[in-house]
Amino acid sequence: MVYTPIEKLAQATPQPMAQKVRGLSDRAIAWIFVAPSIFLLLAVNIFPLIWTIRLSFTNFKVNRANRDIEFIGLRNYERILTDSDIWMTMQATAHFLIWTIVLQVLIGFALAYLINMKFKGNDLWTTIIVLPMMLSPAVVGNFWTFLYQPQIGLFNYVVTFFTGGDPSSFSMIGDVHLAPWAIVIADTWMWTPFVMLICLAGLRSIPDSIYEAAECDRASKWRQFWTITVPMVLPFLMLAVLFRGIENFKMFDLVVQLTGGGPGNTTTLTSIDLKREAFEKWRTGYSSAYAVILFVTVFGLASIYVKALNKVKER
Amino acid sequence: MSFSVTEPTIRTKWFAGTAVILYAVITILPLMWIVATGFKSPADSIAYPPKVVFEPTLEGYVNLFTTRTRLAEGDMAALPPAETWYEKIVRDQGQIISGPSRYGERFLNSVIIGFGSTVLCMVLGTAAAYAFSRFRVPLKDDLLFFILSTRMMPPIAVAIPIFLMFRQLGLNDTHLGMILLYTAVNLSLSVWLLKGFIDEIPVEYEEAALIDGYTRFQAFYKVVLPQAATGIASTAIFCLIFAWNEYAFAVLLTSGTAQTAPPFIPTIIGVGGKDWPAVAAGATIFLVPVMVFTILLRKHLLRGITFGAVRK
Repeated sequence: MVYTPIEKLAQATPQPMAQKVRGLSDRAIAWIFVAPSIFLLLAVNIFPLIWTIRLSFTNFKVNRANRDIEFIGLRNYERILTDSDIWMTMQATAHFLIWTIVLQVLIGFALAYLINMKFKGNDLWTTIIVLPMMLSPAVVGNFWTFLYQPQIGLFNYVVTFFTGGDPSSFSMIGDVHLAPWAIVIADTWMWTPFVMLICLAGLRSIPDSIYEAAECDRASKWRQFWTITVPMVLPFLMLAVLFRGIENFKMFDLVVQLTGGGPGNTTTLTSIDLKREAFEKWRTGYSSAYAVILFVTVFGLASIYVKALNKVKER
Repeated sequence: MSFSVTEPTIRTKWFAGTAVILYAVITILPLMWIVATGFKSPADSIAYPPKVVFEPTLEGYVNLFTTRTRLAEGDMAALPPAETWYEKIVRDQGQIISGPSRYGERFLNSVIIGFGSTVLCMVLGTAAAYAFSRFRVPLKDDLLFFILSTRMMPPIAVAIPIFLMFRQLGLNDTHLGMILLYTAVNLSLSVWLLKGFIDEIPVEYEEAALIDGYTRFQAFYKVVLPQAATGIASTAIFCLIFAWNEYAFAVLLTSGTAQTAPPFIPTIIGVGGKDWPAVAAGATIFLVPVMVFTILLRKHLLRGITFGAVRK
């Protein structure tokens, strides 16, 4: 029999001591296993959050660290909530959020439904569709600016190839009306596969026997779709919407590389605005309050949504 | 011939297949365009109409890895003939190589930080997941929820205090700082996923091992770890891809020594305007490993992608 160092140590030591080394109690092991993770999360996630909340009541500016920090109460919050520019960015974010979710749910579900027909080679094509979401949004977003170039860009060329007209007649990222759609298109291209995968999981979880029973009852395919497929996939779909919603509310890398928030402020999503306040204007206190407001918004909306989701699941 | 009422007809399958393939082709087009642009000359890359057939050149790749200066024609002629093929490519553009670019360093940083954080994350994550799966940890549900909720914060929001904290600790723009940060960001999802994998391993195996005289710790690394290897590997790939792709923290917290490739690639510019072939070459080198990984390991990735919503 081969002994591990711990066992050897255990045998060499007197009984009570051996017991200690050999049989660290489960409780102790549990703590040893969990503690480092919790510590790291506290240090890098929770501690900064608390710090942010504290800073949000001050007029601190990082680039003027020597100035006395004054507590100014809720003035930062007041200023943010009454600032019309911030409502503009909220609107841009809402536009982005709603349209990406609508498009991704429709296309993602349709694709999943088609893939679930189990045609030959569906596995390979699924993988190809998944590729965009595995890539770096910043690098890909940067390249989309090239695709969106008027005149030389592939996007404009393909669009005008089908619709006619001059490829240099419109600029997806230079036009105030088109730019919000430019980011919606790029994000939909990138993240539709995510919704698709979750829908696919939902579709595959439906046992065949239910359809067989429905077929025996002579339910039409149309009826089967609305009374079996849709309700059974709905919890999965809602989960996908939750994840996409949270992710897109935080959206930064893809859009900042694609449009940089412009033209004007038309694609300045909240994260981009926050970055400007915090790391370009260095208004640390102000941007901390901004961050807290965003976090509370996401957390609040997500909690309400999760409640709704659980209700759907129970049904 | 077997017949099932739930099996779609051949015609439906044919239609479904065509539609999906059409979508796949459209979706892959931008990626193919990146790869193709990397092999174009600057003139071809901005040609109208966009060139599908072109003479491939390595100019983009050479420009990506070098910094160059433009010389007057007379000085050019006075130079001794180019020694290497890449020097020749640069000379043909009327320039000479003045040194290596930073792309190599940035790529290496991505590798170091990506793998470093993945390894650390797996060590911490597997241990925590095992404890959550097998022991009664007080406040278990709250802890798990807390771990997951850390993902809801916009990176920019936490970046402010992390920036201050790192500056205080001297971690700004260091590999260690970025490794710790990415580990923490990835940890929540890893614990969540790994717990799912470990939950699926029957407790009886460990109990048998314990009866045979293994200690708890031995049972963990001799029985549970080998069983969970596939799960750990797929979670690790997921963490690696996240760290590889991350941009927001990288652009805010690194500038020089520890900068990774994603913030660097968009800043590549040539002499006079954006050098798209070089950008595309940089993107290709950076993206293709992930694409290959995805295709090779597709079966194991699905669960990570869908945050554990998909279980086999």
